[in-house]
Amino acid sequence: MSIFGALFIGGGLLWVLNEVNRSPYVTDVGVALDQPVPFSHKHHVAGLGIDCRYCHSTVEISSSAGMPPTETCMSCHSQIWADSPMLEPVRASFRNDQSIRWTRVHDLPGFVYFNHSIHVKKGIGCATCHGRVDQMPLMWKTNTLYMEWCLECHRQPERFVRPRGQVFNMAYRAPSDQLALGRKLVEEYKIRKLTDCSVCHR
Amino acid sequence: MMQPKNSLLDLSAIRARLENARGEEYWRSLDEVAQTAEFQAFVDNEFTPGTSEWKNPLGRRDLLKLLGASIAFAGLTACTKQPPEKIVPYVRAPEDMIPGKPMYFATAMTLGGYAAGVLVESHMGRPTKIEGNPEHPASLGATDAFAQASILTLYDPDRSQVVLRNGLISNWAAFLAEVGLLREGLLAKEGAGMRILTETVTSPTLAQQLKDLLAEFPEARWHQYEPAARDSAVGGAKLAFGEPVNTIHRIGQADVILSLDADFLASGPGSVRYAREFAARRREGGDRMNRLYIVEAAPSSTGSIADHRLPLRASDVEPFAWAVAAALGVAVPAPGSPAPSGWVEAVAADLKKHAGSSLVIAGDQQPVAVHALAHAINAALGNAGKTVVYTEPVEAAPVEQGESMRQLAEDMRAGRVETLVIIGGNPVYNAPADCEFRQGLLKVKRRIRLGLYDDETSGLCHWHLAETHYLEGWGDARAFDGTVTIQQPLIAPLYGGKSAHEVLAVLSGKGELAGHDIIKEYWRGRLGEAGFEKTWKTALHDGLIAGTAVAPKNVSVRKDFAAALPAPKGQEGMELCLRPDPTIWDGRFANNGWLQELPKPLTKLTWDNTVLISPATAERLGVANGQVLELRRAGRTVRGAAWILPGHAENSATVHLGYGRTRGGKIAEGPGFSAYPLRTSDAPWGGGGLAVSKTGATYKLACTQDHHSMEGRDLVREATVDEYRKDPHFAQHVVHGPVKELSLYKEFKYEGHSWGMAVDLNACTGCNACVVACQAENNIPVVGKTEVARGREMQWIRIDRYFKGGLDDPEVCHQPMMCHHCDHAPCEVVCPTGATNHSSEGLNQMVYNRCVGTRYCSNNCPYKVRRFNFFLYSDWDTKSLEPMRNPDVTVRSRGVMEKCTYCVQRINSARIESEKEGRRIRDGEVVTACQAVCPTQAIVFGDMNDPNSRVAKLKKDPLNYGILDELNTKPRTTYLARLRNPNPELKKG
Repeated sequence: MSIFGALFIGGGLLWVLNEVNRSPYVTDVGVALDQPVPFSHKHHVAGLGIDCRYCHSTVEISSSAGMPPTETCMSCHSQIWADSPMLEPVRASFRNDQSIRWTRVHDLPGFVYFNHSIHVKKGIGCATCHGRVDQMPLMWKTNTLYMEWCLECHRQPERFVRPRGQVFNMAYRAPSDQLALGRKLVEEYKIRKLTDCSVCHR
Repeated sequence: MMQPKNSLLDLSAIRARLENARGEEYWRSLDEVAQTAEFQAFVDNEFTPGTSEWKNPLGRRDLLKLLGASIAFAGLTACTKQPPEKIVPYVRAPEDMIPGKPMYFATAMTLGGYAAGVLVESHMGRPTKIEGNPEHPASLGATDAFAQASILTLYDPDRSQVVLRNGLISNWAAFLAEVGLLREGLLAKEGAGMRILTETVTSPTLAQQLKDLLAEFPEARWHQYEPAARDSAVGGAKLAFGEPVNTIHRIGQADVILSLDADFLASGPGSVRYAREFAARRREGGDRMNRLYIVEAAPSSTGSIADHRLPLRASDVEPFAWAVAAALGVAVPAPGSPAPSGWVEAVAADLKKHAGSSLVIAGDQQPVAVHALAHAINAALGNAGKTVVYTEPVEAAPVEQGESMRQLAEDMRAGRVETLVIIGGNPVYNAPADCEFRQGLLKVKRRIRLGLYDDETSGLCHWHLAETHYLEGWGDARAFDGTVTIQQPLIAPLYGGKSAHEVLAVLSGKGELAGHDIIKEYWRGRLGEAGFEKTWKTALHDGLIAGTAVAPKNVSVRKDFAAALPAPKGQEGMELCLRPDPTIWDGRFANNGWLQELPKPLTKLTWDNTVLISPATAERLGVANGQVLELRRAGRTVRGAAWILPGHAENSATVHLGYGRTRGGKIAEGPGFSAYPLRTSDAPWGGGGLAVSKTGATYKLACTQDHHSMEGRDLVREATVDEYRKDPHFAQHVVHGPVKELSLYKEFKYEGHSWGMAVDLNACTGCNACVVACQAENNIPVVGKTEVARGREMQWIRIDRYFKGGLDDPEVCHQPMMCHHCDHAPCEVVCPTGATNHSSEGLNQMVYNRCVGTRYCSNNCPYKVRRFNFFLYSDWDTKSLEPMRNPDVTVRSRGVMEKCTYCVQRINSARIESEKEGRRIRDGEVVTACQAVCPTQAIVFGDMNDPNSRVAKLKKDPLNYGILDELNTKPRTTYLARLRNPNPELKKG
């Protein structure tokens, strides 16, 4: 086998690995995961117009956006669809005081520390990272959550930042002069390009 | 690997070398001065030879199998998917709880019965970290090392988890049934034959419960015993004043302090506050700086910060106290003084000169006479009411516990005890040997024990009940000044344990009451119904009930007390000196890995106790470190390894209690030897007539004093107050650094924050609280004795203890060392993977998931502050330890380097909060774990770019210096040089 052949095969292997590593098989991007209750964001957000913060109530104050306790579900579902067999796990949870065990869709590795509240405060929309949740009947990831993806924004926040009032607006569309707006908002919101390792790793 | 240090050092040569030393020479160990092969091995190699070898004998065939397997699996690793994770939300969310944000609750930890207020950090209901309670008089925001480590005891997997009956698993209902029968029998006899044994009780509720029980059973008796009880303080007050008043020191008011063998800055109730007050006066410098004299046998933390320290055998402290008293005209005869000529006169003159602002403190381990004399001297000097205050007793029943135990043991042996209820403590292990507690106990028909561990005592009891940890159950306790704290639980009992209050309620026939109700009802009765709910809530929130400090009391010293005292007898020959251990106390913390692995403040030994002797005594006996000695006193013997401690008194051997446990947890069982067999009720803290002989055996000790050595190089800088007045900048002129601008590396620009730290050597007592606080905050693992001996301890802070001067009476200085976060960090440039690099705020960051474990960084670090995970030291398997960890810090795996991060998780959290409010981080908003816990506030952290920050001001202080500055590493951690305030009248001699 010639040197060229070896390089070719080696390079090919690396390319394959790279492709596999970025494929939905590994990243789960676009893959709807099984959940104990087939909860539809599409129905609740787009259909009923419930705000993100009704359920994810600590997104503006804490690192964790917060997962709604069963109580929150039951505040409506003790009245609406109260007998639906699909919602039996929710009622059982409430009855037996046992938590619903959801499957985590956006799962950062243990050595990465992310804070929702500061991103929301600095004008990063929910949809920027989580995609059009209002169009997802079941939840899936639209982004890899790889470090290269985080850094896209941390290096150039002006490309993604939006006015604070639009953060929870799922249908927000970036204007054609996003860069101009972005630069203005970066200035206004005092957004810093935090790329130090210890910002996320500690 | 380190060899056992059993070769005889030439101590006379070391002594000569030190005497001829040019100028001030600092040294860490005898091996260093002698430049032994063992010491060289640690210095020459960052990692001691053999460090990277896996000692498990792995055969060639196994190796080949492993190789084959790893090749086969290698290709698969890249395709590993992240394991799926579950989200488990609440069913009904508790009010006020915000996931991701910790909550803090005030409570108190007790040691020896006395409370120290703490704030406990709780993440989603899991207590993870102890902080001091700034409002609490015994804490002022700081804690000691014991409180820091108590979180590990809570989650200790070895804690007792079930009710045991005759050693077999039983249950609480069976115990309730048994108590029903027991009470019937007892009521018929009015409680005759029933005894209750507790440790020191300050809890008002528990005291009331005991009182009620004794009212119901008038023939029953309540005994108190714990080894480190303050019997002499109680006895001394009775002797001097005729009543057992409580003594409170106002250290901050004292200009001159004489400590008679009292380690008042590091142990005992109130020590954390005393340390704060002491350091505050120390820091003022100039004329306001206080002066501390201490006489003691083994050097203590307090001794290491004293201006004058006189090594005296413990039994010689009493004649010394007599001599000082006589010199001050306190009406007592003056027998011969053991102190060198001039000492007593100089000390007495200084005390007299500062009459009204001087203070004499007697050590808890000194006999009653010394306490009475201290009271008499303080009275004569007019210090009472100024630097020392007397109050009603804080303890519910201030008894001399040695006597209480002796009576109980006698009654047990005589068969007069039918039922014994042991609440806490561990008397089978730690009762005085002559009490023969074990033999007595076996004669008791019904033995009931409530304890945290299934220990030596539980092993001999019919019933063992699992006790709640203080973070699991309701309780109350008083601080050194009487202030009451309601202890509130942070978590439901992990193992269904019961508190002492709950067990006493059962014994009183009240059945199963909840601890909360018992405590609350008691206080409702005491404080009255009006406005009670509000008072109760305020007390829980603040961590204390306002206005519960005991009232000061006017007492006068009895004129004739001295006449009643036997003349102190001079001791011939060797003397035994028993002391509670500086890290595991009386043995109660023996199963706590953090405290076991914590280097003792003076010896830097871990995992063991030793027979501490002075170099001259070692020379006379021909003993080297690690040689096993046999100690014989009053017909009782124990064996333990010798350790030569410079500065120890001659002809005296100090042995720490608490080791040699035989039952009570995987960690407790094993290390060290028990000194309790030498402890008798007539001489609880040792005495004369000790025979020491060599056994020929050697014992391997794990000592960290030679690890991470920086080999001299003017690391510690100090001066006397006079020298400081002449040249305030003395510390900055010790070495001549290079021109700062001359550097091959580019300068960093810090536009935002620029973090830095200043450590005040003038305040550091080497108490170790910071080391444990860091361990708790940063999820630092315990590695075990064998690994420590190889130099692999993982603590991010080490406290270097330096000796200065001669071998027999050196001065001591402590220097906490953590990552210096150098601007020109030598570690950063050698990392091949960029795992350690520089942040825009000056932090030297460590990225664990980039680290491949080359260890080049550690090799290149001149401060020797990097720690490598040679094995998977973090316990990833024990379920009970998982909730303990700080969720904001990565739990490291095998093969990565780690080190101090300046608590970057706390910086990040402050940054996020400040940016949300659109402002800069305020000074004091980021407090590192070590800074928060420091009793003397020796550590200050902050933003050096903010000219008004405390740290920026300290960096401009003339005492500020960076160590190894001459290497131009530009460390961000700098030190404030130490000042001493010696008495010019007193030439060292």
